[in-house]
Amino acid sequence: MAGLDARDTRFLLIVVALTLFTPILLQPFPESSSLAQFNAGYPDLMQRFAIFGIFAIGFNILFGLTGYLSFGHAAFLGVGSYATVWMFKLLSYNVLPGLILAVITSGLFALLIGYISLRRSGIYFSILTLAFAQMSFNLAYSVLTPITNGETGLQVYTDDPQYLLAEGGLTTTHIFGLAMNKSLVAPVGGWEFTFNVGYYFCAVIAIAAFYLSLRIFRSPFGMMLRAVKSNQQRMSYTGLNTRPYTLAAFVISGMYAGLAGGLMASMDPLAGAERMQWTASGEVVLMTILGGAGTLMGPVLGAGFIKYFENIFSKINDNVLHGWFAFLPDGLEDLLVTIVHPFVGKGWHLTLGLLFMLVVIFLPGGLVEVGQRLRRLFTRRGGTPDAADPRHAPKSAPHVAE
Amino acid sequence: MGILEVRNVNKRFGGLQALADVNLSVQENAVHAIIGPNGAGKSTLLNCLVGKLIPDTGTVMFDGQSVLGRKPHEINQTGISRVFQTPEIFGDLTVLENVMIPCFATRDGAFRLHAIRTVRAEQDIMERAERVLIDMSLQDRLRDHAASLSRGDKRRLEMAMCLAQEPRLLLLDEPTAGMARADTNKTIDLLKEIRDTRNITMAIIEHDMHVVFSLAERITVLAQGAPLVEDTPENIKGHPKVQEAYLGQAHG
Ligand SMILES: Nc1ncnc2c1ncn2[C@@H]1O[C@H](COP(=O)(O)OP(=O)(O)OP(=O)(O)O)[C@@H](O)[C@H]1O
Ligand SMILES: [Mg+2]
Repeated sequence: MAGLDARDTRFLLIVVALTLFTPILLQPFPESSSLAQFNAGYPDLMQRFAIFGIFAIGFNILFGLTGYLSFGHAAFLGVGSYATVWMFKLLSYNVLPGLILAVITSGLFALLIGYISLRRSGIYFSILTLAFAQMSFNLAYSVLTPITNGETGLQVYTDDPQYLLAEGGLTTTHIFGLAMNKSLVAPVGGWEFTFNVGYYFCAVIAIAAFYLSLRIFRSPFGMMLRAVKSNQQRMSYTGLNTRPYTLAAFVISGMYAGLAGGLMASMDPLAGAERMQWTASGEVVLMTILGGAGTLMGPVLGAGFIKYFENIFSKINDNVLHGWFAFLPDGLEDLLVTIVHPFVGKGWHLTLGLLFMLVVIFLPGGLVEVGQRLRRLFTRRGGTPDAADPRHAPKSAPHVAE
Repeated sequence: MGILEVRNVNKRFGGLQALADVNLSVQENAVHAIIGPNGAGKSTLLNCLVGKLIPDTGTVMFDGQSVLGRKPHEINQTGISRVFQTPEIFGDLTVLENVMIPCFATRDGAFRLHAIRTVRAEQDIMERAERVLIDMSLQDRLRDHAASLSRGDKRRLEMAMCLAQEPRLLLLDEPTAGMARADTNKTIDLLKEIRDTRNITMAIIEHDMHVVFSLAERITVLAQGAPLVEDTPENIKGHPKVQEAYLGQAHG
C-alpha cells in the first residue's frame, strides 16, 4: 500500500492506530485513582508529543542517516514559530498559511546554514551549527526585535492588520473554522477521555511526516545518506558528490523543525526566542539518541519519553509523595519521601539524566533496542533463527559523524 | 598516445621525494602492472590519478583530458574506478547495497534526489548488482553487513563495486593481498576474463609476481619514486636492474 511493502504497511498502520488512540491509551488510570497523576492524555501534552515527534523524526533524517550531528536545530523551530505568528498577525488565525510559510522560511534558512556548516564534518560541523543557532537566538533579542518583538515574544495584538479576518471571525487559532482548542470530553466509567481538535490536527500531520520519513528511509536517497555515514571516501571515489546529499538532508530536517515550530505557534499563538536556545537544540539530540538514532520509531519514542518526564514527573511534589507513602509508619514515610524527593518535581532532570546514561551504556541502540531484543528472543524460541530484519532494526552505529 | 598519460609527475612529502619525474603511458585495453618495493610510491601515484593528491608538478591526462584539479567524484564519472590497498567499502550497508550504490552513481550521476521512489522498485539496478556479485561469488552474502565479510571477501566486494560501474580504466592496488592461494587464483581467472571480454584498461599494483606475470602485458618498475624500467613481462623477468632493486630481495 502507498508504495510500501507488506511489512512497512503493517508498521505504518500500527503507528497510525497508536496515534489516533493516544487520548485513550495515555489515560489508563481512572480519575479517582491515586495514579491519575500519571495520566498523560490531556490536550496540551498530547500536542507536544506529536509536535516534538515531528521535530525528532526530521532531526533523525539528518543525524540518524548521515551521522551529521547538528546542535542548532532549535533555530529552525524558532523560525517556524515566528513565521506562523506573523501570518496570524497579517492574515487571520487560520493556521494553514502560517504552517506553509514556516516550512518555506525554515527550509531557506537551513539551506543557508547548511551550505556553510557542511563545509566541515564531525565536531566542527556541530560547533558551526551551534554557533549559528546561538547567533539567531541573540539576534532575536537584539537587532531583530522589529521581527521577533524581543523579550516579550511575538504575539497577536488587536490592532494587527489581520487582513483576512472576517467580521466576527474566530479569534483563536483554527483550521478553516475548526478551533484548535475545541475538545470533546468523554467520561467513560471512572475514566475521562479528551479528544481535542488541536491534538488530532498535529497527529495527522505527524503521521504524514512519519510516512514521508519512512519513504525517505526506503528510497535510494536514504541509502545514499546511510552511505555518507558509512564511508564518505568511498562515495567520492564512486562518483558521488556527498555535499548535495548532506545538504538535502539538512534542509529536509530543517523543514521538519520549522513545521514543528509552526505547529507550536498554531496551538498557542506565541513565539519567543527561548525556543531557539541551545538547550532546545540539545533536547532533540537527546530524544533521538534516547529513542534510537537511525531507526524509524526511536526518535518518536524518545520525544514521548522526554516530554512525559518533563510534564508528569515534574509535577510530583512532596504532598503527592506523602499521599503515596501514607500507609507506612510516619518515620519510614518521611524517610522514603526524603529519598525520592530529589528525583521528582524539580528534580525530574536527574531521573532523566540517569535514565539517559543507563540507555546509552546498556542499550546503545536506544529504547527501540528493548523491542528488538524481545522480538529476537521470541523469534529464536519460535524456531525461525533470523527473522530480525536489518532494515527495521539497523545496527547501532557511532553517534558522531567522522 | 595511451588512454592514460602521466608526464613528469613529482610529489614531495616534506623531505621525502615520493614521486620523482614519473612518466607512464598506459595503452587502451591493456593490463599494465606497476611493481616495486614497499614505499616505492605506487599508491601515491594512484592517488595522483584519482584526485586524492595533486602532484607538485607534471600532468595527468585521461583520454586526452587533464584530471588535475578535478574532484574525486568528477574523475570517477569520467570512467576511472579504483580498488584501494585497504578495502574502502560501506561497512554498515549490506553487500547488495554496496554494489547498488555504484550502479546508481553510474546511471544517475553525482547527485540525484530519489527521495520517494523505493529501492525495491529499482529492479534494473538490483539485477545488475546481483549479476556482478555472482561474478565475484558473493551471491550468498547479499543481505549481510559488508563489515562482517572476511578480508578477502571485502576486497572482492570492492572489486565488484568498481566493476559494476563498467569503468574504462580500473586501478587495482594489490587486489590479492590478504587472499588465500585459491582465492588469488580465482581472482586471476576473473581478471583475465574481464581483460579478454570487455573493453577495459587495467593498471594493477601487485607484490605477488604470479599475479603480475599471469595478467600483465606491460610492467613498470618503480623504485624510490622513479620509474626504473618499463617493458614486457618476459624482458622484466631477466632484467638485472630489476633483480637488484626488487625481485632479488622481495617475494617472487
Ligand atoms: N599522505 C602522505 N604523507 C606523507 N608521506 C606519505 C603520504 N603518503 C605516502 N607517503 C610516503 O610516501 C612513500 C611512498 O608511499 P606509497 O604508499 O606510495 O608506497 P607504495 O609503493 O604504495 O608501498 P606499499 O607497497 O607498501 O603499498 C612512503 O615512504 C610513504 O610513507
Ligand atoms: Mg601501496
